[in-house]
Amino acid sequence: MELLKRSFFGGKAAKIQFFAIIIAIVVLFFVPNFGSAYLPLFLAWVITYAVMSLAWTLFSGKTGYVSLASAAFYGTGMYVQAALGSNLPIVVSMIIAAAASFGVAFGIGLVTLRLRGVYFTIFTFGLSLFLNKFIHWYEVKFFHTKGHMVLAYDNLTVYYCVLVVFAIFLLVVIPMNKSRFGLALDCIGQNEDSAQHVGVNTTMTKVLAFAVSAAPVGAVGAAMATTIGYVDPDIAFKLLASFMPVLMAIFGGTHSVYGPIVGAIVFYSLQDYLLRELPGAYMIIFGCVMVAVILLMPKGIFGVIDTIIARRKRGFDGEVIGDV
Amino acid sequence: MAMLEVSNINVSYGNVQALWDVSIHVEEGKIVALLGANGAGKTTLLNTMTGMLKPTSGEVTFKGERIDNLPSDKIIEKGIAYLPEGGRLFPEMTIKENLEMGAYPSTLWKNRKPDLERIYGMFPILDERRSQLSRTMSGGERQMLAMGRALMSNPTMCFFDELSYGLSPKMAQEVFKIVKQLHSEGITVLLVEQNVYQTLEIADYAYVIENGRIVKEGEGHAMLEDDYIKQAYLGV
Repeated sequence: MELLKRSFFGGKAAKIQFFAIIIAIVVLFFVPNFGSAYLPLFLAWVITYAVMSLAWTLFSGKTGYVSLASAAFYGTGMYVQAALGSNLPIVVSMIIAAAASFGVAFGIGLVTLRLRGVYFTIFTFGLSLFLNKFIHWYEVKFFHTKGHMVLAYDNLTVYYCVLVVFAIFLLVVIPMNKSRFGLALDCIGQNEDSAQHVGVNTTMTKVLAFAVSAAPVGAVGAAMATTIGYVDPDIAFKLLASFMPVLMAIFGGTHSVYGPIVGAIVFYSLQDYLLRELPGAYMIIFGCVMVAVILLMPKGIFGVIDTIIARRKRGFDGEVIGDV
Repeated sequence: MAMLEVSNINVSYGNVQALWDVSIHVEEGKIVALLGANGAGKTTLLNTMTGMLKPTSGEVTFKGERIDNLPSDKIIEKGIAYLPEGGRLFPEMTIKENLEMGAYPSTLWKNRKPDLERIYGMFPILDERRSQLSRTMSGGERQMLAMGRALMSNPTMCFFDELSYGLSPKMAQEVFKIVKQLHSEGITVLLVEQNVYQTLEIADYAYVIENGRIVKEGEGHAMLEDDYIKQAYLGV
């Protein structure tokens, strides 16, 4: 309780942030009434990527363990929807999808989070590939077909579904960042041995964070599956779903919750525009933007903004660029 | 009965055995030193006593309770604080956050506010700089912060690993003064050091560890006079 109070009402900045989030969500709730028929779907994708990017930041941004498992959790959600969507209301199947992704991440985390550095990254990358091939094999063997139909929902319903996931996730992540748990994750990222010295159960903390970050990804995966109407392993576990959240988070900056959101908005809009206008050149332009971002603003858009604010405060002279 | 009792522990990293049948005991209210060169096994012994490593045989007891099978946070809650070599701070976190992490174990976390004030009282320099990132501090200040973080848990016993390492002679003296002050307040201290002379001056008792074995032990001042110590560690 005290934590919630401090996170949302402790100090002016926290209050402004809280009301800004509430207003943004209310606005997002009504926006589809004023746009084209395509708008809800477009926004649903933006929010989906925002959720995935935020989820990636929650775990990898804090702990420094670069995960490429987003596609695995997203695809798990899609397949849960394919399996259960015809018989259950979408809200229920989304909750089950979230739980399934949580479970997959928890299990995988227990096995792999003793790995450090690049080995963890490679494993998570392999996980998406493995699930792709495994489900392919399973479908062909037992259903003699590749892919499944998914009961379709109208775009507006899907949009509200992902919006609710986004809102809940945001209202969980912000207090979590300020909590003892969030602090422990920061510590793991900065000095894992030291975190252990002060009594952090590093393995459990990492596994739990990994699983928590997977749950909303599963939920949005389930929702978005209904807009496609059909899933097969290549759609559900497409590798781009692992890479895009990482790029978006790096582009926006991983030191605040806004970075990944802004990254998702800019990147998805850019992708959407380029795919329509310059389908042939879209990947090339995309790649160039990414290279430029990493070279020019390694801490992302919000890193640049932070630096500017810090300079203003210190009057340009006092910036301490740290040694360690 | 000693406050801390390590009985015949053996510790291995995979196939490599690092500690061989090590026994030490630390009486309540004393300063005990653990001396030895790099790679002798000092830090391994500390890591075993703080729950980071499990011994393959032997046991560690603190106030009569076995602690070698407990996780680190439970050992901290029992009253043992550990200041690892080089302080091991969290560079991108503020001084306040670094200190708060000293009270991470769940029973301590609830009471961290009064503890924070107590530490600020002890080290006014930390109070002034609460919201500064720890990486922007000087070596001596960082060592103060590391001590402050260790003391956040209200320990009855402190392990200090290489407190003086990398500090200027003046700063090192400052740090030893704090150790003496803690001792006078009733905290039992285990000092692990390469700075043999200064350590033996303030230690009540000392152990010398070489190649994973305790090779010598005795009263602090007696050790200063010991021929072997003089030759091997003091260079006289």
